Amino acid sequence: MSAFPNPSAVQTKSVPTWRQQDAKPFVQIEQITKQFGQFTAVNSVSLDIYRNELFCLLGGSGSGKSTLLRMLAGFEEPTSGRILIDGVDMTGIPPWERPVNMMFQSYALFPHLSVEANVAFGLKREGIKSPEVNKRVAEILNMVQLGHLAKRKPHMLSGGQRQRVALARALVKRPKLLLLDEPLGALDKKLREETQFELMRLQDELGITFVVVTHDQEEAMTLATRIGVMNNGEIVQTAEPHEVYEYPKSRFVAEFIGNVNLFDGTVVEDERDSVSIQSPDLDALLQVDHGISCAPNQEVSVAIRPEKIYISREPVDIEVNGATGIISDVAYMGSQSVFKVRLASGKELRITQPNVSREMGSRLTWEDKVYLSWDADSCVVLMS
Amino acid sequence: MMSETTIDKKTRRFAWRLSELRLGRAAVILVPMLWLAAFFFIPFLVVFKISLAEAVIAIPPYSPLLQWDSSSAYLTFKINFGNYLYLFESRFYLDAYLSSLKIAAISTFFALLIGFPIAYLIARSGPTKRIILLALVILPFWTSFLLRVYAWMVLLRKDGLVNDVLMAIGIIDQPLQILQTEFAVYLGIVYTYLPFMILPLYTSLEKMDLNLIDAAQDLGAKPYQSFFLITLPLAKTGIIAGCLLVFIPAVGEYVIPALLGGSDTLMIGRVLWDEFFQNRDWPMASAVAVMMLIVLVGPIMYVRNSNKEVE
Repeated sequence: MSAFPNPSAVQTKSVPTWRQQDAKPFVQIEQITKQFGQFTAVNSVSLDIYRNELFCLLGGSGSGKSTLLRMLAGFEEPTSGRILIDGVDMTGIPPWERPVNMMFQSYALFPHLSVEANVAFGLKREGIKSPEVNKRVAEILNMVQLGHLAKRKPHMLSGGQRQRVALARALVKRPKLLLLDEPLGALDKKLREETQFELMRLQDELGITFVVVTHDQEEAMTLATRIGVMNNGEIVQTAEPHEVYEYPKSRFVAEFIGNVNLFDGTVVEDERDSVSIQSPDLDALLQVDHGISCAPNQEVSVAIRPEKIYISREPVDIEVNGATGIISDVAYMGSQSVFKVRLASGKELRITQPNVSREMGSRLTWEDKVYLSWDADSCVVLMS
Repeated sequence: MMSETTIDKKTRRFAWRLSELRLGRAAVILVPMLWLAAFFFIPFLVVFKISLAEAVIAIPPYSPLLQWDSSSAYLTFKINFGNYLYLFESRFYLDAYLSSLKIAAISTFFALLIGFPIAYLIARSGPTKRIILLALVILPFWTSFLLRVYAWMVLLRKDGLVNDVLMAIGIIDQPLQILQTEFAVYLGIVYTYLPFMILPLYTSLEKMDLNLIDAAQDLGAKPYQSFFLITLPLAKTGIIAGCLLVFIPAVGEYVIPALLGGSDTLMIGRVLWDEFFQNRDWPMASAVAVMMLIVLVGPIMYVRNSNKEVE
C-alpha cells in the first residue's frame, strides 16, 4: 500500500509509543464532559492516544464509550473540555472538516448508491477529479476484495461484504484517525475472527490510528494495543490488554474482563515484600507478594483468575493460599473444563483447567473432595 | 413402505389445501375489485356511453344509443363522436385543460415546498411531539371541506381579516383584491391538499436511518450536500406519492375555483359543472370527464413505472 503514508509503523514495534516518556500524543482528550440534560454521559475524561495505536474503548451499554467516539467524530460537542487531533483543537470544527472518518455500527451505507458510489462519496466531496477518484476507489475495493461487486447496491450484499464496503468507504479518504463503532458486532464468529486479523493487518500496513468502541472484551483483547475500560462515563483503567487482565485496578475491571474469584478481607500483616489478608470466606490466609502498599486492618478485595487455581484430589499444603471444597458443578468445554467448588464457608469458586488428558476416568467430577491452591503472585489486591 | 394410495391421498390433500389457499387469496382480492367495479368502472362506462350520445331536451337529456323504430322496423345504433371532435375544435376546452394542469402543477410544487419542511420537522421530532404534530396535520379533516373553503372566503374578503391586518400594519392602504383571483385558487388548493403531501413525505422521511446523515457529514458532506445527496433521493417515493395525491384531485377541482376564483380562472372542473347544470349538455360534460381521465392516466402510468425501477 504505497499510496498511504507509513512513517513509523515499523520502528515503534519494539518500544510502544505510549511507554516512551517524551512521546507526543496524536489524540489528546482533555477533561471532556458531555451532559444530555441532567444525565452525564461522559464525565471528565482525559486520554492520550498515540500515532499508530489501535485503541479500544471497552465498556457496557451506557458507559459513555459511544458518546466519546461521537465527540471525536464531531457529531456531539463536548459540554466542557476539548479534543486535540494532531495538535489541532477540534472545538467548533464540524464533522465534515475533521481529519477523521468513522465506520458505523450499522455500516450506514447509502442504500440508493452502488458500492462504487458509496466509496467514491467522500472523495467527491473533497473535489478530487474523477479519474483520480475512480483509481482510488478501484484500489481500495481491490484491497478489501470487493472489486467484482463494485456495481451492486448495498442490499444485494452479505453482512460481511457490507462491512468491508463500510471499511473501504472510511479508509479511502486516508484519514489520520479512523473510528470504528462495534466493527465486528454484526458478524458471525468465524467472520469476526477473520476480520479481526484483517483489521490488525490494515492498521499495520496503513499506519492509521484506530479508535475502536466495543462491548466485547474478547474483541478488545485481540485487537487493541491498549484498552480504555469505561464505566458510568469515566475511564476506570487504561492499559495494555494483558495488563488490564492480569492487573485490574478495581473490582469493576476485574469482573468486567474475564471471570474472577473475589475474596473480601482485612489486611492482617503488611511486610516488606508480602501482605497477608484474612477473609471470612477462607480458613487459610491469603498471601500476596507483589508491590502493594496498604495499612493493617484495611478492607480490601483479592482477585484470583479461575485458570490460576490448581485443583487436585491429592492433599496439598493449604496453610496459605489454599482451600478444600466439594465440586458442585462441572462444565466440559472441549479444550478446558470449568469447575465450581463449594468451600466450607459456603463460597463458590470458579476454576478452569485445560483438558490435558483424553481419558474420562481420571477426570474430576461431581461431589469430589478437592484441594485448591494458588501462587502468591497470582492474587491481585483491589482497593476499590 | 408407503403405498401408492397414501402418497396419492397426501398429494391430493396438499392440492386441495393449495386450492383453498388460492380461493382465500382470490376472496381477499375480490372485495376491492368488486368495490372498484361497482363504484368506478361501471359508472365510468355509463359516463362513457353518455359521452357518445347527443344532447336532447328530454328526460334523461341525451339520446339513446340503440333505437327501435316500430313503424319502419329499423333498429338504429347511433354513436356520436361530435362531442370529442368539438373538444379539439374549440380552443375553450383545450385552454381549460391546460389551465387546470398548470394550476394543479404549480399548486403541487408549492405544496411540496411547504410540505417538505413540515414533514421533515415531524419526522425528526421526539415521539410525543410527533403525535401532536401529526394530529394537527390531520385535524382539519374533522371539519367539512366546504366549510373551510367558506372560511377562506371570509378571511380573504376586502373587509376580511387578511386585509384588515395588512392595513393595520401599514403595508397597504387600500384593501387588496385577493378573493376571485388565481392567487386565491392556489392558496385554497395548497391549503386543502397539504396534508396529502405531508403524510407520505413524513412516512418516507421517518423511515430514514439518521446514521446516513452522520455518515455523509463524516465523509465531508456539508449539511446542504447531505440533504440533496442523501435525504432527498431517499425521500423520492414519498415525494412522488405526495405529488400524485395533490396533483390528481387538483386537476379536477371544482369547489375551490368556483368559490375562491374569479370568472377568469378557467378550470376543467368548473367547465364540467357548467356543461352539466347550466347547459344541461350531459353528453358534452361526459366527454369532458372522459378526456380528463385520459389526460391523468399518462402521469399515473409514468410514476408507476418509475416506482418499479426504484424497487
